[in-house]
Amino acid sequence: MGLPRSKRGNLRQFDIATSFPMDAIQNLGVWGSILIAVLLSAIPIVFILLYALVTLYMEMKVAAHMQDRVAYMRTGWHGVLQPFADILKLLQKEDIISRQADRALFILSPYVVFIGTYAGFAAIPFSSIYIGSNINLGAFFIVAASSLVVIGILMGGWASNNKWSIFGAMRSAAQMISYEIPTALAILVAVMITGSLNLQDVTRFQEGGIQNWLLFGGPLPLMQKILIIPFTLITFLILFIASLAEVNRTPFDLPEAESELVQGFNTEYSGMRFAMFYLAEYANMFLVSGVAVALFLGGWSSPFGSFLSGPIWGIFWFIGKGMALVFLQIWIRWTLPRLRVDQLMYTSWKVLTPFLFVCIIAVGLILVL
Amino acid sequence: MDLYAIIFYLFSIVTLASAAVVVFSKNIVHSAFALLFTFFGVAGLYVLLMADFLAVTQLMIYVGGILVLLIFGVMLTSDVINVQMKTGTMQTLPAVLIVSALAGTLVGVFWSTDWKVAQNAVGFESTAPKIGQMFLTSYLLPFEIASVVLLVALIGAALIARRERKAS
Repeated sequence: MGLPRSKRGNLRQFDIATSFPMDAIQNLGVWGSILIAVLLSAIPIVFILLYALVTLYMEMKVAAHMQDRVAYMRTGWHGVLQPFADILKLLQKEDIISRQADRALFILSPYVVFIGTYAGFAAIPFSSIYIGSNINLGAFFIVAASSLVVIGILMGGWASNNKWSIFGAMRSAAQMISYEIPTALAILVAVMITGSLNLQDVTRFQEGGIQNWLLFGGPLPLMQKILIIPFTLITFLILFIASLAEVNRTPFDLPEAESELVQGFNTEYSGMRFAMFYLAEYANMFLVSGVAVALFLGGWSSPFGSFLSGPIWGIFWFIGKGMALVFLQIWIRWTLPRLRVDQLMYTSWKVLTPFLFVCIIAVGLILVL
Repeated sequence: MDLYAIIFYLFSIVTLASAAVVVFSKNIVHSAFALLFTFFGVAGLYVLLMADFLAVTQLMIYVGGILVLLIFGVMLTSDVINVQMKTGTMQTLPAVLIVSALAGTLVGVFWSTDWKVAQNAVGFESTAPKIGQMFLTSYLLPFEIASVVLLVALIGAALIARRERKAS
């Protein structure tokens, strides 16, 4: 985030630590360093596209098996080619923009939503050697960047000029803003224990096996650890619940509630613009899981201490843990019914937030004493 | 032109162009949404000034809080279907006076300040720990007063919302 003005004026915010020849980048000059910056920041988008294909397939298969169905069976072995078929279909669809829509905002909206999500990926530590931008305020930045998503959704809902859309957008904004508070407070609990907002540092703090994960109290002295475990467990649970609401997934999918609002804010979107919203939603699912993993589940560190650890295994562990949480999100979607609006607000303000206040005070006391 | 300058001009253009849209757009909703890019550009400028905490806070408070509230207000008042809101020119004389006084002050400060440019590269240091320490030591009183003011605003908002519900 901070741009040190080095003598050659190069971009140096990328922390490729030891494995990358930093001097070579400096010799490339201005345009060379821009090129490197673009290439490095494009890594997550490659990941998002591949991950979206897998999750698209996973969502349908998990859903089907939970309801005792089999889902796609005809496109390839057990329907593995179905995501590609879906994308081909979306590419061919007509791009409809209704005449009464606000054209400029209508077109802009999916981009704003996706940029907001993608900006968050900049601070996600995929491995000890790859993090888009090793800023000291990583966790705080992700929470702030997700507010762009709220604006994008409001933009799309309003521009569609459709009552379902605007209802969906309103609900979505109200919900995401309300649940930002438990999310931020839960992050604060983790930050209090580790003493850093940098997700890379938070992960390093938890290295050394499953017992050092913040979920199980982190590498604190035994007495403190035993006292702190109940609070970290509750905090993680709340963070997960709040993250479900942040990405508008069931049981918090009121903004899209297909049975009452048709599709909410993206009702009027078709073809690739609709796909963009979908991609952003899936990317957001991994983003919130990634934050939870980095904060509470040891990030890229191996659960078996030094066994199977290292930069490449780090990527495997991080994505593996993230996908496990994504699977959990899908599982919940096909298990629980949707909440009502008042229940939604009740949960956020009167249940999750007070519990987190208790957690913050308790964790603070335990750490000080 | 070095990279720093390129990025600086990029963010400046984004900020100024979107600010122009905010002021000149006939559609009030477009103005509200253009404010997003203004806030974003200012946050970028903060980053270039190595004020990392301020930049993220700018995004958090202005984009995540104030702008969402503003858009809510605009969307509800200008109705779901685009009812024409008045965005004409009025009160020209007072506006000209105030704006020229403000611009004069800013330009005056800009010219009279002795700008010091660091000759060597300045190492980057995160500002968040320093700000935190300052708030809890040297600037404890202003910090506490600000938090009390915020608390009062919070309670006031809750009170107003409650009273309205009772009346209906």
